[in-house]
Amino acid sequence: MTHVLPAGPQPAPRRQLLVGTGVVSAAGALLIGGMLSIWLRFRDAAPLRESSDGLKQIKDWLPEDLKMAEVLTNVGLVTVGVACIMAQWAVYSSRRKDSRHTSMALGMTLLMSLALLNGLVAVYPNMEIVLADGPYQTMFYAITGTLITFVLAGVAFTLAALFKSTGGRAGNTDLMNAHALYWYFLSAAYTAVWFVVFVQK
Amino acid sequence: MTTFDTHAAAPAAASSSGAGALGALVVGVGSWATTTDHKKIGRLFAVTALLGGAASAVIGALLGFERIGAGGYLILDLDSVVQLSSLYRVVLSFGVALPLMLGIAIAIVPLQIGSKAIAFGRLALFGFWMWLAGLLLCISSIAANGGPGGGEAKMVDLFLVGVAITAAGALAATVSLVTTVLTNRAPGMSLARVPMLTWAALTGGVSLLLTLPVVVGTAIYLYVDHHYGRLAFGGNKGVNDWLGWSMTQPQTYVFAAIGVGVVAEIATVASGRRHPLRAILLVGAGVLSVAAFGGATQVQHALTWTDTSGSDKVKELLPFLIFNGLPVLGALVVLGGCVLGLAQGKPRVIAPLVPAVLGLGMVLAGMAGHLVAQFGPAGLAGTVFEEGEFNYVIYGTVLMGIGAISFWGPKLWGRSLPRSAVFGLGTLGFLGTVLSSLPLYVAGFADQPAGVVDGFAYGGPQELWNGLAAAGSAILAVTIVLFALTAARAFRNGEPAGDDPWDAQTLEWSVSSPAPADNFASVPAVSSPEPLFDLKPTGSVK
Repeated sequence: MTHVLPAGPQPAPRRQLLVGTGVVSAAGALLIGGMLSIWLRFRDAAPLRESSDGLKQIKDWLPEDLKMAEVLTNVGLVTVGVACIMAQWAVYSSRRKDSRHTSMALGMTLLMSLALLNGLVAVYPNMEIVLADGPYQTMFYAITGTLITFVLAGVAFTLAALFKSTGGRAGNTDLMNAHALYWYFLSAAYTAVWFVVFVQK
Repeated sequence: MTTFDTHAAAPAAASSSGAGALGALVVGVGSWATTTDHKKIGRLFAVTALLGGAASAVIGALLGFERIGAGGYLILDLDSVVQLSSLYRVVLSFGVALPLMLGIAIAIVPLQIGSKAIAFGRLALFGFWMWLAGLLLCISSIAANGGPGGGEAKMVDLFLVGVAITAAGALAATVSLVTTVLTNRAPGMSLARVPMLTWAALTGGVSLLLTLPVVVGTAIYLYVDHHYGRLAFGGNKGVNDWLGWSMTQPQTYVFAAIGVGVVAEIATVASGRRHPLRAILLVGAGVLSVAAFGGATQVQHALTWTDTSGSDKVKELLPFLIFNGLPVLGALVVLGGCVLGLAQGKPRVIAPLVPAVLGLGMVLAGMAGHLVAQFGPAGLAGTVFEEGEFNYVIYGTVLMGIGAISFWGPKLWGRSLPRSAVFGLGTLGFLGTVLSSLPLYVAGFADQPAGVVDGFAYGGPQELWNGLAAAGSAILAVTIVLFALTAARAFRNGEPAGDDPWDAQTLEWSVSSPAPADNFASVPAVSSPEPLFDLKPTGSVK
């Protein structure tokens, strides 16, 4: 015997993309967080050596002639912040069904994301470190490479949102919210990597 | 935005239009390979996992037989033993327990919550293929002397890539599952009203979401380091040090967590009434998942106990109890709640209850063993006692999976499994699990080392324990193969199942068997945790 339940009212908007992006962002945060904690563990366990001026004992973790590209990474921090603001502008415009401003905001986000990507990639030649030279180098490439992969995913997400927006779906607030949420996650991930890897080293 | 896929009618027309048997086969395989129907994706995961379970049990038996007599290399050589030991752990963790539970949840949960489809169906399918490709990479790399401690550098690299891809694939499917539970529930179905399996899928899924990315991150580090210099992580020997946690306790509890929902669901149906301790069961499943996640993230939670002062003992005891004791408590609460629920009503003996409850008992035995092994003075670290824990948890999960397939199979395939076969195979599986695990507990107390088959006096009583363990693995291999064959035959030609063969209470039993492609013609309204009991005649349900 089949029991037939009465049909319910039309379900509320599901916000599937927003929730799904939140779930993916949580997983991404754990990935970056896990890699950072391994980084910190290695740094903490590094043996001591005499500093170049011979005055103190320092952790033997960084290569002696390391040139950290601080300007690039600091500008990257500003860039990712601006990208978040642009993504939120897209949400604001989308709610008002303003396709022109939505597309413009997404275009700006795309520009920022490409600038961020460019800055991150430019870190490698600026620092002149060779991948196979030591634990620091291999771990540096691994964690920054993972971050670049996340930024690439952000570029793809922004491109998809831009195509949809210019294709007449600027009023899709679930998509714009999810897109903005991903950029907030990306800014948090970048900030964490910036602080631990680029500033604290 | 809604990312449902509505499913076109099955392309069965090709065969009737004279395309021939081969054409029909190609169309059939193609429709399964590209499906976004959650019921098919879930079955792909579960069936592949069962095949992996049978193969792993054969490997377990082979390794066990090597320890009989004087120990040493009767059938295998040293390299084969190292590779098969790695293969055994990798396949049982990532190739059996994880996909079996994930597959069952993917197949059933959308039906239980009144959803027409799974969220991000293509992502779930992509997750399956990614998981399978990664697992095959792992298996082939280990077979070619890769894997943890492997001697072939390129194959070790390949193994690390395989682990990352396997975990990422499982992660993609989990994202789809968790999003479905959070967003696709029928009107009126609050989180407090979701069925037990759905709740366990949500809590277990979140724990997977929080642990699998760490596996991926660690595998990335290991790959880059191993491929480019082997300076930081200890080369091939370091793989197990850094990734071993993902294939042992308590991470295996996370894989088993969805299974407690299976047991709670079947026990509720067997009791034939609204479960009086439903909230307690929800709490138990939640505690198990959260505590297992907590335990997996912590490295140092063993109890050394000796050479410590009173206050240090207390400082050690608290994390020890939280990270090792809480998962046991969660599983005990679910098992106890199920037994109490059955005792208070007039329970019916339904066949799937046997493997499901016995499976949870086995998982509990593994958890209790892990608790004992973490007690330093017992001296069980590095012994086969740990292999016994692992077998208990993983094979217990397989038993719960057998219970789940027997229970929900009629809804997925439209036909029932023979009751006597489920009883018999459930009991045989229980016997195999006990035999493959308990003797290793005993051998562990005699300091028999784990992961090797030589360098130890394997004669005397040890011969008996190792022989029993090998026989247990062989029995398990036979059980899984027999179950797969019985299920394949019954689901093809067996007795047709009714739409509600168990007189159950959740939404999946309100649709026809097998469930249609889009699940529900219209989204049902829900006003209690047991919506079907609301429709059944007063007096038949308490």
